Amino acid sequence: MTLQEKTDGAAAAAAPPRRTRRQAYETRVRRRSNTVAAVSTALVVLAIVTLVPMAPGWEAVKKSFFNAEVFAQTFPRLVQAFLWDIAIFAWSVPLITVIALAIALARDTRNPALFPLRLFGILYTDIFRGIPVILVVYLIGFGIPGLGLPRPWNSPYIWGTVALVLTYSAYVAEIFRSGIESIHDSQRAAASSLGLSQSDTMRFVVLPQAIRRVVPANMNMLIALQKDVALLSFIGPVEVLRQAGVFKSLLANFTPYVGAALIFLSVTIPATRYADYLIARQRRERS
Amino acid sequence: MKLSTLLTSAAGLALASTAALAQNDCAAGKTIEDGVLTIATGNPAYYPWVMNDDPASKEGFEAAVAYAVANAMGFDDDQVVWTRSSFDQAIQPGAKTYDFNLQQFSITAARDEVIDFSVPYYSAAAAVLTRQPTADAGATNTVESLSGLKWGAAASTTAPSMIENLIGPEDSMLLYDDSADVVEAMKANQIDASLFDLPTALYLSAVTLDDGVLVGQFPPEMSENPDRFGLAMEEGSALKECVDAAITTLAEDGTLAALEAEWLAEATGVPVIE
Amino acid sequence: MLDLRDVTKSFGGNRVLDGISLTVERGEMVCLIGASGSGKSTLLRCINLLEPIDDGAVFLDGQDISEPGLNPDPVRRRIGMVFQSYNLFPHMTAEENVMLAPRRVHGKSREALRPKVTELFTRFGLADRMQHFPDQLSGGQQQRVAIVRALAMRPEIMLFDEITSALDPELVGEVLDVLRQLRSEGMTMVLATHEMKFAAELADKICFLDAGRIAEQGPPSEIFKAPKKDRTRAFLARIL
Ligand SMILES: Nc1ncnc2c1ncn2[C@@H]1O[C@H](COP(=O)(O)OP(=O)(O)O)[C@@H](O)[C@H]1O
Ligand SMILES: [Mg+2]
Repeated sequence: MTLQEKTDGAAAAAAPPRRTRRQAYETRVRRRSNTVAAVSTALVVLAIVTLVPMAPGWEAVKKSFFNAEVFAQTFPRLVQAFLWDIAIFAWSVPLITVIALAIALARDTRNPALFPLRLFGILYTDIFRGIPVILVVYLIGFGIPGLGLPRPWNSPYIWGTVALVLTYSAYVAEIFRSGIESIHDSQRAAASSLGLSQSDTMRFVVLPQAIRRVVPANMNMLIALQKDVALLSFIGPVEVLRQAGVFKSLLANFTPYVGAALIFLSVTIPATRYADYLIARQRRERS
Repeated sequence: MKLSTLLTSAAGLALASTAALAQNDCAAGKTIEDGVLTIATGNPAYYPWVMNDDPASKEGFEAAVAYAVANAMGFDDDQVVWTRSSFDQAIQPGAKTYDFNLQQFSITAARDEVIDFSVPYYSAAAAVLTRQPTADAGATNTVESLSGLKWGAAASTTAPSMIENLIGPEDSMLLYDDSADVVEAMKANQIDASLFDLPTALYLSAVTLDDGVLVGQFPPEMSENPDRFGLAMEEGSALKECVDAAITTLAEDGTLAALEAEWLAEATGVPVIE
Repeated sequence: MLDLRDVTKSFGGNRVLDGISLTVERGEMVCLIGASGSGKSTLLRCINLLEPIDDGAVFLDGQDISEPGLNPDPVRRRIGMVFQSYNLFPHMTAEENVMLAPRRVHGKSREALRPKVTELFTRFGLADRMQHFPDQLSGGQQQRVAIVRALAMRPEIMLFDEITSALDPELVGEVLDVLRQLRSEGMTMVLATHEMKFAAELADKICFLDAGRIAEQGPPSEIFKAPKKDRTRAFLARIL
């Protein structure tokens, strides 16, 4: 044992630059925890891989959920249908941003003449945060075109988008508002002391900081929105969820749903990782 | 009070045991519950398949067929027990809680892989449902005229692929969860036309839409794959042979045709699509 | 040029300013001293209309700026203020911090402002820091940028609220040098400060605030060498 220690010490001393005792200790700890993590992960994976196929229904489940043939046959069309999800998402986001900001600012007004606007802001956020998205999609998606709008103005793409935008604007408005309120009063005082007007103070001093601060929270809203776009399929558009449903009925096989889930994950997992990264970075910056 | 319950249950027992004796041999011991035939339908079940959502009344085409099949298999009417299931649930693999399920399941090869179908008890023509303004605007029973319309359909049926293959609409189709939503979209003028099996189309045009019009129908021989309805059973059901024999008998002795005439009589009178 | 008459101010039931009367002549430098919580910051904020006063009046060049309902923005443009915690806008470079108000309030373009702003940065030894963000600057540099930012509006009077209190000791000097420079240029200034040596050296007038009142005021020689009131003597004994 002492011999071992001596040779170790000699080797460490010989190798420039010499690692500190602390570094050596941390390396040992890291190695051990990596080993433990690898072994336990392998055990869990092994258990799943061996145990699940032993379940009596596995063959049937494999055939109807993980059918390679069906997957190959349907996946390209699913990806194509997902382009609709992306398009609806892409044109919803700018609208949500603008409306949410307007609502957040309306709720922040202190001018008594604008009280109706403030009241509207409060009612709006309360109502649209209180109703399940799918209900809003149904009510607006069928209800407003039912008033007798001519084509193409009764398109489910338009009114479905309106439903998503109204709902998400309510949530995002609250996020913006919390961001605005999180900016310390001393920033407003500094701006006011320079003679900047209330609106300029908001526009150039408070909002840019507030918006930056709530980027991670809004990233999470965007991820939720990307998934909720699929709700538009209930009022007609054949996007990826609906296309998967059609394949399911046609082929009596649930593999297309697995394909659709994979497509969603390919977008939402990177986005979620990125949001987490932003949150972690912000926490580091604040501390 | 106590006495009367005792008496009724005793009577029930006696009845069940005599009925069990009356069963055809083919179904004996193969039903989910001995001496009882458990039949599932949709929740809710619609006119004209089941009247007033009450299959035990034996009113409506599928309710009547169910009892005819049960009788042919050797079950008395009071040995039939009704249960409900969703459409999707019925075409999933796995154990079932019913002996057979009927709610206009089209027989398809793919579905046949995971569940068992009986021989068909009905071959449905497919009919095109529109509203009066669309008909007034010149929609007629020709493929050429129909392909210019905006189409919608219930996604989980065979309608989308039939529309695609037989009509080939110029504009992309919109798809919905069920026929109620299709009709809602039609009312909102988001779609002009949809394809349903004839009895459903009749019901929708008569009851759900104020101004529904059936502009035409595809006879079963014109579609590559005529919509035929079968009773759905668990994959590998031991009862299939017995059910098939019952339906074959009912088809041969004219019972099915009579029931069709009784409950789906209005089906005549819709022009065939050219 | 600045004239406070019997100013009172309460927060809730807490009377923070209790009948303050004070005159500041053009080109004068007045230092407010007093224990923490004696009302120095509140007094400066009231002059700059960041807080409304309850009673009394504040005159700027004869105009009653404490009139309720008066639009505060034009008044604030004539009064510069620098805070203890710098309060730079963290999302803007030093240059953008300085240019924002002149651009928005005076409607000038960046190009038109640049020579004057560059000259200000250079004058206070910050020429190579113009494109830095606040978090890339030391506390002393940030505070000097804050002073430049206030000066860029060409104020007639400057208010400083303990602007060296948040700084590391070795950085206090560079900020005080800026104040010396402004003093030599004839800027009218009101300071809340704990830098007694600095106040003794440069102030025209020292005001000792105690519980919202001016307990004693006069030239530094008088206040520091021969305070009349016991409270002043006790405060100075504690701090020196
Ligand atoms: N916005 C406020 N709301 C309530 N009380 C306040 C507010 N600002 C200051 N005060 C109170 O007023 C008193 C004077 O504070 P301040 O003017 O900051 O004193 P100083 O600057 O001399 O330390 C303190 O008791 C403080 O708690
Ligand atoms: Mg203070």
